[in-house]
Amino acid sequence: MALLELHDVTRRFGDFEAVKDVSFAVESGEFFTLLGPSGCGKTTILRMVAGFDRPDGGRILLDGRDLAATPPEKRPIHTVFQSYALFPHLSVGRNVAFPLRMAGLPEGEIRRRVGETLEQVHLAELADHYPHEISGGQKQRVALARGLVNRPRLLLLDEPLGALDLKLREEMQLELIKLQREVGVTFVFVTHAQNEALALSHRIAVMNRGRIEQLDVPSRIYGFPQNRFVADFIGNCNLLEARVVDRRDGELGLEAEGLGEIRAPATDRPGSTGVLALRPEQVRIHAGGDGENDQDNRFPGTVRDFLYVGDVTTYQVVLDNGFRLSALRANDAPGRARFFEIGDRVTVSWARQAGHYVPD
Amino acid sequence: MSRTEDRLSRWAVTAPPTLFLLAFFLVPALIVVLASFQYPGEFGGLAPLADPGDGSEHGLTLENYRFYFSDFLFTEILLRSFLVAAASTLICLVLAYPVAWLIARSPKQHRDLLVLLVILPFASNFLIRVYAWMIILGPQAGLAQAVNGLLGAFGLAPVSLLFSPFAVLVGMVYVHLPFMILPLYTNLEKHDPVLLDAAQDLGANAWQRFWRVTWPLSLPGVFSGSALVFIPVLGMFAIPDILGGTRDMLIGNLIKDQFLGVRDWPFGATLSIVLTLCVLGLAGLAAWAGKGGRHG
Repeated sequence: MALLELHDVTRRFGDFEAVKDVSFAVESGEFFTLLGPSGCGKTTILRMVAGFDRPDGGRILLDGRDLAATPPEKRPIHTVFQSYALFPHLSVGRNVAFPLRMAGLPEGEIRRRVGETLEQVHLAELADHYPHEISGGQKQRVALARGLVNRPRLLLLDEPLGALDLKLREEMQLELIKLQREVGVTFVFVTHAQNEALALSHRIAVMNRGRIEQLDVPSRIYGFPQNRFVADFIGNCNLLEARVVDRRDGELGLEAEGLGEIRAPATDRPGSTGVLALRPEQVRIHAGGDGENDQDNRFPGTVRDFLYVGDVTTYQVVLDNGFRLSALRANDAPGRARFFEIGDRVTVSWARQAGHYVPD
Repeated sequence: MSRTEDRLSRWAVTAPPTLFLLAFFLVPALIVVLASFQYPGEFGGLAPLADPGDGSEHGLTLENYRFYFSDFLFTEILLRSFLVAAASTLICLVLAYPVAWLIARSPKQHRDLLVLLVILPFASNFLIRVYAWMIILGPQAGLAQAVNGLLGAFGLAPVSLLFSPFAVLVGMVYVHLPFMILPLYTNLEKHDPVLLDAAQDLGANAWQRFWRVTWPLSLPGVFSGSALVFIPVLGMFAIPDILGGTRDMLIGNLIKDQFLGVRDWPFGATLSIVLTLCVLGLAGLAAWAGKGGRHG
């Protein structure tokens, strides 16, 4: 049996349907992520699971039991809030002890478990400090420790890394993965940052306008987006409007708008339309008329723009037929920000099996 | 900026408030201290410090303090005043807390109106409002009739609500209630509601959420509200004068009588000094306890 199950959960605010018939199941020990743009309903789902909001329709089950009649304080579910919500009048140690106190544990047991948990998040020496005396990253760890200290069945995390700077965020991502593995508590994580979702999760539910667009493991979400929204939302993507055609050599191909016939792993009937999602890193870029001849699709073009982010540079290429394509190249030569200048003649190419065709 | 200029500008900033405190606080306080060691003048006021040469009392004396300690009655009045002030503060706190909480939790666009309603009584004269309570508590009014009717039903003798410690307490609480509500509201309004969500999420029931989160976070408001009620009640003489009986005299009445009735300024000054020292001692104790509480 799944640990957490949502069956056709709906939540309306007036005329606005924040969550529409959402169903999914989270397995015990899983790191499950709800990913989507702001306003997609992910936080509303989190609040309903925590008990701060009630669904207008559908059921939420924990260990097979309906949660509807259980108030938040009685649910074995804890939340790490976006703002951390640490109690400003309590020291770090007392913040972490809070859920244990509420559970009425004996003082000795509380002290032991607070010490243990603070050790786990490397904060043992800060137990006597107050929240206003510690850094953002440390507050984050205190909130995690407080959420985990009495071993809830489920820990909900509402964009917990949003307030941290990039470096710290990456550090915390690694720590979150490690911590979740160590304590074995099931995590339901909410974020709008797709790279965070891809890095952390066992499975991701991509949400849009109150619905789940796709639910899968990160590599399949990234590699095989099920629809335009997912293809567009996750990572950068060249979206090529296309129609499935019969090729002369007998296999199926795609007729891409503005590109003509291309070789692609089409999976639909000839004549149907869709979009080919082609990641920039799947598109190779070469100087002039060079290029690997074993690539199935080759087009000449001109570099229009580039974006240097350190490890890689993304080039905007305008093909001779006017079509725009992004191609990515790793900066493997040190000290070089780019291999091509604006206006350089280049050839872009990609293999037939690259990209993923999304039928309409 | 040069060092002299630096010093000059610092002076420009700190001098005015320093002068203000000197002129309007320290100097008057020292005058009262001095007066408490002087003899009373023949027709009120103070006897001269220098010998006038006619054999009358002059100079400094401990007589006023000796007189204060010669009769326990004065200390008894002082203690009763502290008791009334403490009771008024406590009742105000109990009444004001839910009001302040409700205002703080009401929709933002209603809050200003509700705060206005709290301070609206100040628009009418203080004495008129206290006299109004004379009517409300008077023997002809419905309240007294109802209470005495009930007492009569149990075969008990009728009581007078007016001119009693009860009436004094009612007046004190009524007049000072806004001074408790406002600082509490200012404090409670600033509380981040997510803290209560977090507490509930971590297993705290409604009572625990109040006692473990809201109450400790509201302590600064509780302290300032209590000070704003306790100290004025301690010195209040009009309310006991109007609503109290002859035995409900408080230290404020006693001091006022020394200056305006008996015309014994030095003894009035002595009583003032004793009262001030007691308040300062109490404030120091509270500060010390508050400091200890934070780290304990």
